[in-house]
Amino acid sequence: MAKEKTRVFLQSNTSLLSKLDLISLLDSMTLGVLFVDPARRVIAMNRFLEALTGYNREEVVGIHGENIIRSNLLTLGDPVGKALESEKSMTQEGDIINQSRKKIPIRFSVSPLKLITGKKAGAMLILEDISLLKDLDNKVHGFSGKEHIIGQSLKMLEIFELLPIAARTDASVLITGETGTGKDLVAEAIHKASQRSRYPFIKVNCGALPESLLESELFGHVRGAFTGADNDKPGMFRLAHGGTLFLTEIGDLSLPLQVKILTVLDDKEFFPVGGSKKVSVDVRIITATHRDLGKLVKHGKFREDLFYRLNVLRLHLPPLREREEDFRLLLDHFFREIRANLNKKIKGFSDACLTLLSSYNYPGNVRELRNIVEYAVNVCPNETIRPDHLPKALLSMEQASSSSSENQETTDIESMETAMAFPGTMPSSAIPAPGGWGDVERAMIMKALTETGGNRTNTAALLGWSRSKLWRKIIQHGLK
Amino acid sequence: MKILITIHKNEVASRFDLTSEILIAEVDAGEIAGEPRIILLPGTSGEDICGLAIKENISLIICGGIEDTHYQYLKWKKIKVVDGVIGPYEQALKFAIANTLKPGVILPGASIYGKQS
Repeated sequence: MAKEKTRVFLQSNTSLLSKLDLISLLDSMTLGVLFVDPARRVIAMNRFLEALTGYNREEVVGIHGENIIRSNLLTLGDPVGKALESEKSMTQEGDIINQSRKKIPIRFSVSPLKLITGKKAGAMLILEDISLLKDLDNKVHGFSGKEHIIGQSLKMLEIFELLPIAARTDASVLITGETGTGKDLVAEAIHKASQRSRYPFIKVNCGALPESLLESELFGHVRGAFTGADNDKPGMFRLAHGGTLFLTEIGDLSLPLQVKILTVLDDKEFFPVGGSKKVSVDVRIITATHRDLGKLVKHGKFREDLFYRLNVLRLHLPPLREREEDFRLLLDHFFREIRANLNKKIKGFSDACLTLLSSYNYPGNVRELRNIVEYAVNVCPNETIRPDHLPKALLSMEQASSSSSENQETTDIESMETAMAFPGTMPSSAIPAPGGWGDVERAMIMKALTETGGNRTNTAALLGWSRSKLWRKIIQHGLK
Repeated sequence: MKILITIHKNEVASRFDLTSEILIAEVDAGEIAGEPRIILLPGTSGEDICGLAIKENISLIICGGIEDTHYQYLKWKKIKVVDGVIGPYEQALKFAIANTLKPGVILPGASIYGKQS
């Protein structure tokens, strides 16, 4: 009824509309506007689009619109074609290349154009420059693509070459590598650089939950499916719809769940736990493991068909000991980052300290290196980090790792994983465990207080803290 | 001289990096030598076309929109690029042989209403 009223109103005011200077109106907009006829030839464009594309509107009338905006819309399902055919409006993110050879990220809104008589007249494209939004998004999320994966070694450069390829397709990716090599970071980088980046990236650790819980976590459940299932739960597959599901520690997945995952990969649909209605999903799967899946297949612990289904694109991340060229780069990066976070005035590492750090084996890889740097920057009260500021466990670990280096089963690496999460928290069987950070800090304050004869101003200066921070810490550790 | 044109149907393709078809023509003494080859590429990649151009010893590339990275790379490899060309690729080739093809040109036959050069 309202539509009919509008139509009658428009018809009665046709003379008024025809007198409106529509182009002047559009010229005042800060969005690019392009009108094309049913054959997609340019009818008109506004001034903002002239600036965006670098073309003068008088010279482009009658030319195929795609030659003017040079977008990637055709590779994104051709929304202009769809708008012309189905008369539906749609929005799509993509890019254009302008006359200055610059690629600009754009949000396209495409709407069909219809005359009052109902006759199709073409389509209207609105182009919104989202460069700033993209920049902001990159800053908020910390990285875009591979920017925050650090490395210049040959092995890492090979990975960087593969990343855009992995991002361009929807094929399953299997990321392998020892613990702490950056598998999660690579998975997220692939997602962020892919067409699915606007949709969720959901990580599920297959080794962290018992089988029954993991099934419900992945596929969801319906109310009453089991004791305690008071509400419907959508599950991670459904939550990741349109985006990427990252299954880490896939080697720890039980055989029954492997079958279910395989079915989802093949059919793109599944039954939630206790449900009788199939759920369809469009999810890209990225998996990671520190285990040798080939060996697990041989031992019958991992399904061969699932292995081949997941292993379409394989990325193997090298351990830190095979990335000698990257060691100093990573060390400097973590040092600068942590120093800035803690607002410390440390200038760097002593030569002895660097020798010790570079000769260490790093079974916990990049993660371990970062934790060692964090510990050292926290503990160091002066301007230079010396060997005695490194975790005391480092030397013992070096000995332990070198003695067991010949027996590096993945399970050994796994058992060390949690221990490596923070230096100085190795299991007591491996090395003598020092106290936590709280104890270290307490001892540090005590030592500084003793050295300064209890003078708080001098103690604060020695520790590189303000007096108020020292006061807070003294109360916190019960040293008052 | 070998000329490579990125094409889409009968026209110069609007985007270098999204081109899936190219034409390679050999020009000798101001005339096309032999039959120009049309190659269907296995995928769309600016890097792959750059690699192909080097492998084929191309002297001139005629294309639509191209990213500066690809343009500078080709320039560094001493391959001349005439970009932003709009219109039928046969016209583009004709103008290139006559040495009158300019970047950003809208060729005859590109428009049904617009100004034509």
